[in-house]
Amino acid sequence: MSYLRRASPLHAARASVGAAYCAALVFAALELGDPLVLGALALALLGAGAAAGVGGRVARSLYLSVPMAILIVAVNALVSREGLTVLVRLGDAGPLGQLDITLEAIAYGAKEALVLVVIIAACALAGAAVDPDELLRSLRRVSFRSALTATIATRMVPLLALDARRIGEAQRCRPRPAGRLAVMRAITANALDRSLDIAATLEVRGYGSARRPRRARRPWSRHDLAFAAAAAAIVALSIALPAPFSFYPSIHGPLGARTWLLAGGLVLAVLAPFAQRRGILR
Amino acid sequence: MNALELAGVTYTYPGSAAPALRDVTLEIAQGEFVVLAGGSAAGKSTLLGVASGLVPHFHGGRFDGRAEICGMGLREHGPAALAVEVGTLFQDPETQVVMGTVRAELAFPLENRGHGGVAVARGVEEVALALGIESLLERSTVHLSGGELQRVALGAALAGRPRLLVLDEPTSQLDPVAGDELLGLLARLNEEWGTTIVLAEHRLERCLGAADRVIALARGEVVCDAAPSGFLEWAHGAAPALETPGATLIAGLGLAPAPAGVKQARSTLRAAGLLPDPPQAQAEPEPASRWRRERGRPANLRLRRVWHERSGGPAILAGVSLSVAAGERVVLLGRNGAGKSTLLRHAAGLLEPTRGQVQRSGRVALLLQNPGDYLIHDRVGDELDATELQRAGLGALADRHPRDCSGGERQRLALAIVTAGEEPPAVLCLDEPTRGMDRAAKATLAQELIAHSQRGVAVVVATHDPEFAAAFATRAVLLADGRVLADSSPADLLSGGWYFATETARILGGHRGILTPAQALAQLGAVEASPGARR
Repeated sequence: MSYLRRASPLHAARASVGAAYCAALVFAALELGDPLVLGALALALLGAGAAAGVGGRVARSLYLSVPMAILIVAVNALVSREGLTVLVRLGDAGPLGQLDITLEAIAYGAKEALVLVVIIAACALAGAAVDPDELLRSLRRVSFRSALTATIATRMVPLLALDARRIGEAQRCRPRPAGRLAVMRAITANALDRSLDIAATLEVRGYGSARRPRRARRPWSRHDLAFAAAAAAIVALSIALPAPFSFYPSIHGPLGARTWLLAGGLVLAVLAPFAQRRGILR
Repeated sequence: MNALELAGVTYTYPGSAAPALRDVTLEIAQGEFVVLAGGSAAGKSTLLGVASGLVPHFHGGRFDGRAEICGMGLREHGPAALAVEVGTLFQDPETQVVMGTVRAELAFPLENRGHGGVAVARGVEEVALALGIESLLERSTVHLSGGELQRVALGAALAGRPRLLVLDEPTSQLDPVAGDELLGLLARLNEEWGTTIVLAEHRLERCLGAADRVIALARGEVVCDAAPSGFLEWAHGAAPALETPGATLIAGLGLAPAPAGVKQARSTLRAAGLLPDPPQAQAEPEPASRWRRERGRPANLRLRRVWHERSGGPAILAGVSLSVAAGERVVLLGRNGAGKSTLLRHAAGLLEPTRGQVQRSGRVALLLQNPGDYLIHDRVGDELDATELQRAGLGALADRHPRDCSGGERQRLALAIVTAGEEPPAVLCLDEPTRGMDRAAKATLAQELIAHSQRGVAVVVATHDPEFAAAFATRAVLLADGRVLADSSPADLLSGGWYFATETARILGGHRGILTPAQALAQLGAVEASPGARR
C-alpha cells in the first residue's frame, strides 16, 4: 500500500484532487447497478493504473479482491432465495430449508463481487499514486493531530512489517524455535518500543508545540484541472444516467443506448486526463 | 550565553534504583565540538537526553539540579520548546524518520513551528543543499539506505537552524564510508555554521580529530573533561578501554603528545624517526585463485557460485564462492548493500540461492543484527535451560527481564541461544555484532569467538568495524555489489585500504601488514626514537 513515485499525470496532480478522482471511482462502483458498465469501469481503472505507471500494483490488488469476490458469489448463491431460474437443487438443509442455486443469485453475487474488485483496485490506485504526506498535510488545516497520527500510522505499517519479518527470521535461527504466541508477544512488544522511539522523535522535532500550518498557495496545474473535471464527470454520469438493470426475480437488463453511452462516457472520463503528458515529472 | 549549562544535575530513571547521572556540573560554550566518551551505561545518552529535554520531560523520573539549554531552563521548557534551539539525532535511523517522503520529513519541524509555505519550502531547499541530499527530496523514506536515512534525519534535526546539535552514536549503524561522511559533515557544520555539536560515540578514533573537547563519563559522573590529547593521556592511565589505538601506539612507544587523529600520530612518529616508508604498490590477490586452492579441502561451509537475484530487481549476490574450514575465523567486510547479510542468510539456510549451491557439514548458527529479536520470554532463565545459562556465564541474570539486560549481556544471551543444543554448530555466523558496543564488550566478544573456533567451529562475521576484525579474524573477505573483491589475510586486507583499515594501519601506511598497536609495538618498539620526542 505504499506510495510509488512515478512521472504520470495522476502523480503530478495535487493529492486532494487525486484522492477525489479515486473517491469518484469508488462512488461510481457503489452507484452503478449494470454489470456491463461496472465491467467497463473495472477495465478503465486497470487502464488508469497502467497510465499512471502503477498498473502492476493495481493488478496485484486482484490477489486480495478475487478470493473475496469468489466468497461473495458463493455465499450469495447459497443464501439468496429470490431467483427463479434454478440451476442446482441441493435438497433440504434442515433449519435452512430448501437450498437451490439460482442463476439470478449467482449473477447478483458476481455484480457485488465486481463492485468490491473495483473499490479495492481504486484504493490500490490511490495508495500508489496519491502522495499521502501531501494529502495529510492538506488535512492538517482541518485537524492537525489526527492527520499527523494517520501519517505516522502509514509510516509505521511497512516498518512494523519489516520488524515482524526480522523477528520471524531470528526465531528460525533458534535451535529450539519458540511458540507462535511467544513470537506474537515479542512482535507486539517490539511495536510498542518502536512507538516510543517514534514518539521521542516527534517530541524533538517540535510536535508538542505544533501550530496549525498556514495555507500554502499553489496554482492549479493542467493536471489538477483535468482530474478534478474527470472526478466530477464520473460522479455526474453515475447519478444522471443510471442504466436500468434488475436481478430478481429474473435478470432484466436491456443493452440499450443508455447503457453503452454510460459505459463509454465513464471509460472516457476515467482515461481522458492521462492524455495530457506535459509537466508530469515532479 | 552557553549552549549547555548543567549544575549539580542528578537524574534517576523511573523504576531504577541507581541514578543515571550523578551531580553533573559542566558548561559547553557556543560553537564547541564536544565528544562524550564512556562505556555502556556510563550516562552519555542520558546527558544527551537532558540537552534535548527528553530527560526528564519524556522519560519521567527524578531530576535534581539546574540545567539551561541555550538560555532556556529545563524545568520550564520541554523538548518541543527546546527543539527551536536544539537538533537531536539518535542511533537508529529507522525510527527517526516519521514522514513518507524526504521533502515532507525536512518540512515537518518547520511546519510544527507554524512557518508559512514559502518559509518551509525555502528551509527544506537550504538544508537539502547544505547536506547534499537534494536528489533525495522526492524519494520515499521507505526505500532509503541506512546512510541516506541518517542524513535525512540529520537534515530534519538541522532544518530549523538549531544552535545546538546533540547526536547519540549516529554512525553505529553505518558503514565506514557513510560514517566518515556524516562525521565530516558535522565538522563542516561546526566550522561553517558555528553549530555547537555534542556527540556520543564509542569509536573515538573516528571523531576525536574534529573535537575541541572530550567529556568522559563513568557511572553517571564526569570523570574527565579535557582537550582530546589531555583526555587520551588521562585514558592511558585511568580508562584504557577508552584509549584510541593511535594513542595506545604512541604511548607504548614512549612518545608524546597523545594523538587525536592519524595525521598527528604520523607527525609524532615522523619526528621520532619511527614512521616507516610507504610500502610498494602490490597486485591485488585474485579472488578465484583461493577458491581453486581450497576446492579439495574439507570445509564446514561451502558456497559454490551462489547467486541471489531479486525478482524484478538487482542481483544481491553474483556468483559468490566461499569455503570456510573448521576453526577458521572469517570477517566479511564491505559497505552497506554489498551483500554481507544476504550471504550469511544463505549460509544459515534462511534464503535459497536462485543459482548455485550451499553445502554445510552441520548446523549453522546465525546471530542477526539485533540480538533483542531472539529474546522473547519475560525471564532470561526461560530463554535457555539452567546448564546452558551457566555455561554462557549468565546464570546470575536468570530472573532478570531480557530487556533490562545491557547490550553486551543481550548479545551474549542471544549468542548462547543460537549455539545451544545437543550438538555444537559447525558454523557460527554473526551479522554486525558490535553495533553500539563499547571497546571492553567487543574485546570479550572477540575472545568468545576465538574460543568457539578453537572448538572446531567455523566462524564468519560481517562487520563494519576494522578494529574488531583485526582482533579476531584469521581471514578477511571484501564484498562489493554481491561479488568477492578480495579474499586474503586480515593483514593484507585491513592494512591496505582507506576505509577498511584499522587506525594503526592508517598511521603506519600499511607497513608490514601491521593492524594493532600490540603488533606495532612488537615491530617498532625496538627502534630508537629521537630523544627529543620521548616523553
